[in-house]
Amino acid sequence: MKNKFAYTKRMICFAFSLFTLSIMAVLPASAATATDIGREYGFIIPVLAVLIAVLAACALLLVFLTHWTAKRVRRVRKEIAAVQAGETAKAAPAKRNANVPALELRHVTKTFGSVVANKNVDLDLKKGEILALLGENGCGKTTLMNMIAGIYFPDEGEIYIDGEPAVITSPKDAFRYGVGMIHQHFKLINVFSASENIVLGIKDGQKYKLSEVNRRVREIADRYGFHIDPTKKIHQMSVSEKQTVEIVKVLYRGADILILDEPTAVLTPQETEKLFAVLRRMRDDGKSIIIITHKMHEVLSISDRVAVLRKGEHIATVETATTDENKLTEMMIGKKVTLNIDRSEPVNPTERLTVKHITSVDADGVVTLDDISFTANAGEILGVAGIAGSGQRELLESIAGLHHVNEGEILYEDPTTGKTENLCDKTPLQIRELGVRLSFVPEDRLGMGLVGNMDIIDNMMLRSYRRGKSLFLDRKNPKDLALSIINNLEVVTPNEHTPVRRLSGGNVQKVLVGREIAASPSVLMAAYPVRGLDINSSYTIYNLLNEQKKKGVAVIFVGEDLDVLLALSDRIMVISGGKISGIVDARTTTKEEVGLLMTSDTRMNTDEKEDA
Amino acid sequence: MMKVHESTKKEPLIHLTKRDAISWQKSILIRAAAIICALLFAAILITLLSKENPLNVYKSMFLGAFGSERRIWNLINDTCILLGISLAVTPAFRMKFWNCGAEGQTLIGALTAAACMYLFGDKLPLPAFFAVMTVACIVTSAIWALIPAIFKAFFNTNETLFTLMMNYIAIQLIMYFLKLWGKNGSGVLDRMPEYRFPIVGNQFLLAIITILVLTVLLYIYLRYSKQGYEISVVGESENTAKYIGINVKKVIIRTMIISGAICGLVGLLLVANGSCTVSTTLVGGQGFTAIMVSWLAKFNPLYMILSSLLIVFLGKGASQITTDFRVDSSIGDIITGIILLFIIGCEFFIHYKVHFRKKTKEEE
Repeated sequence: MKNKFAYTKRMICFAFSLFTLSIMAVLPASAATATDIGREYGFIIPVLAVLIAVLAACALLLVFLTHWTAKRVRRVRKEIAAVQAGETAKAAPAKRNANVPALELRHVTKTFGSVVANKNVDLDLKKGEILALLGENGCGKTTLMNMIAGIYFPDEGEIYIDGEPAVITSPKDAFRYGVGMIHQHFKLINVFSASENIVLGIKDGQKYKLSEVNRRVREIADRYGFHIDPTKKIHQMSVSEKQTVEIVKVLYRGADILILDEPTAVLTPQETEKLFAVLRRMRDDGKSIIIITHKMHEVLSISDRVAVLRKGEHIATVETATTDENKLTEMMIGKKVTLNIDRSEPVNPTERLTVKHITSVDADGVVTLDDISFTANAGEILGVAGIAGSGQRELLESIAGLHHVNEGEILYEDPTTGKTENLCDKTPLQIRELGVRLSFVPEDRLGMGLVGNMDIIDNMMLRSYRRGKSLFLDRKNPKDLALSIINNLEVVTPNEHTPVRRLSGGNVQKVLVGREIAASPSVLMAAYPVRGLDINSSYTIYNLLNEQKKKGVAVIFVGEDLDVLLALSDRIMVISGGKISGIVDARTTTKEEVGLLMTSDTRMNTDEKEDA
Repeated sequence: MMKVHESTKKEPLIHLTKRDAISWQKSILIRAAAIICALLFAAILITLLSKENPLNVYKSMFLGAFGSERRIWNLINDTCILLGISLAVTPAFRMKFWNCGAEGQTLIGALTAAACMYLFGDKLPLPAFFAVMTVACIVTSAIWALIPAIFKAFFNTNETLFTLMMNYIAIQLIMYFLKLWGKNGSGVLDRMPEYRFPIVGNQFLLAIITILVLTVLLYIYLRYSKQGYEISVVGESENTAKYIGINVKKVIIRTMIISGAICGLVGLLLVANGSCTVSTTLVGGQGFTAIMVSWLAKFNPLYMILSSLLIVFLGKGASQITTDFRVDSSIGDIITGIILLFIIGCEFFIHYKVHFRKKTKEEE
């Protein structure tokens, strides 16, 4: 009751100060314009202004004071509660409403314009369990989680935390309810240390003391078995270390419910195992965890239960132990699908692209590509494996003429003329003018491959608009191409005039891959073409790559899912720290072998540190 | 239980959702509503501040712009000049090159026109002189715009600051030449009406026709030409432009030359079809107003006809109020400000839908 009073009082004060401020703004103006008042009673104006200013200042002061005291009271209460909780030992929170779900969603609906992202979703998360959230792309997993984390607010429905209705309007609210989300894209400041990033934005009224923060971070890390150096700067960290910082950040703020959005997408198999071990330890400590992942075997190995979403609706939640991959896929897609990639034998592979000793140094003097040599054959898929950021991007961009190469040669054998061209350090336009049919599906689809704000037709035109001598654009052929891609690849879009930014991830990728294939390439490079795509779209893309291989195209496929790389490629080249650490036959190698090659030299240092 | 009630009450009062796409009828309706709201709101302020009948004020505003044939011609001419400068900044803006130097680029064009008149107006036959003057104006302004473009393309300097500073250099240059050429160092260059462009129809028509033709040409250039497409790609994403092999430096430089050339043409019209002399206030801040005109029209040359007309109308109306009612000029500015604020503000309601909190029925 007391709290409520303080709240209304604060609002009244705030309104009052706003009112006085606005009068302050209007009065001098009226004095200046209504000249006769100004002449006769001119002395009143400054007196009034000062008076009003004093009043406004008082009101504002009152607002701050009440706000501050309310905060103090809350903090003291929290401290008392913490002390009491400490006395009654760890088991207390679990005991206090053990059978009430940690989190419950009832009839949650969220729409964006005419698009229904979530429709009437019911979901519950028990205390001390790991719930996997599964669903195709654009089925509303992330939207749903964002509503729990306070980024969106549901149009309809309720969220219950610990059995009590919760209104979460901002990430700050979410933290107050003990909900923390680890996003797919890390939100860290590179030049800050781990600890500095962790305390950033916490307003608990306590003194900022870095040594104390470091101590608490180490405490959390020891408790759950993280490896983290609180004083290390973010830019010196590997991807998995950055992720650790994100998780500790959430735990530091006292989250009991953790949401992880595709945490394994950027990790090697070994790192994934480590992460899962930590998550299990957290679960045993009574934390509740929701994990989003597209990788079915991970779902089966980590989760206690699986919730499946399809087209924004909650289909079912099942015990992981009672289900299997095929059943889950069927629930996700709504029909039975066969999940295998048929790999044909390469038909008379000839050398198409030969890369010899290329080395590249970036502006900061860091060697991004170190003496890379390999051959891509026509009619073959060359898989490229490696931890994200090991030089895959630089390698493909060097071949495409977008990245400066310091040394080495990139030789292209023209299948029609038999001539050999050196593509090294040529611009994309020069490469095209040589008659080299090089297609490139870049990692950054909307930032590089496509223009988000343009419609599908204009995006088709990117590759072909130069054709012909006319000063003006030909929109007819691109339109035909757009329509045929929409039809053949089943792109879900209102029409061909829709800006590609409005399409979902899988459809954007279909548009991009479709365009690149339509240029009938002799070399096709694809960087993470299925990143973030659901099973259905992924298999469409795999099939497209396979078709190109059968047509005699040299396909270079940079992937992250080792299972797919092993099933799709003919050979796998593994890069680690800008160097080739091995080229293996995909038919005979194992996941473990590739995983070890991926971490062969860069990981040495960190491993040693961990052991020490 | 108490706590539960409290938290349900804290549901946000207003909550916004993004609209998907809005029908044009509805968007016009919202805009019309915004203008009506603006007029009502301004009317309240007028009665409070000046005790005049707001209807009279609006009437004088309207008459100030459309009251007589001369006023209408003036309105159209001023609209066209502003439209011309807005056209100039538009290609650069579509490329996300924030050219804030239209003022200076136009002034340089005007200075060149005046210089041509002063230096060799009497040395060439008139038709040849007009040709030379036109080319000279376009070239000098293009060069003036080219300088920041080169620095942007090769050294990635900040174009906003660069073009802004170039304005001051242009003003100083004019002051220098006025001191040099003005009689007895008066700093004023006499009018040279003998070198004025021939009068077509009336004194404004030539400028009006030129600018309108230019508007259509620019629309076609931006929408249907390959170069216009390249400008859009560079503006949307430089990485995509590089990826498909567009020479980004070339596009930046080419586009700024076009931008400068149009400024030069407007400068020429200002002098050779108007003042017949040059001064530092000849452009009068329209180089900056043009930025607003271009944004209001979402960089579409055809819509710019409307937005420049609106701005010029408001300006004319505001000054008419000041003379008619002998009130402080700030009244006119306040009205202009309110109307613009509402028109720009209503874009928000076109892009977002506002939901208010539903009355909580389950209050027990």
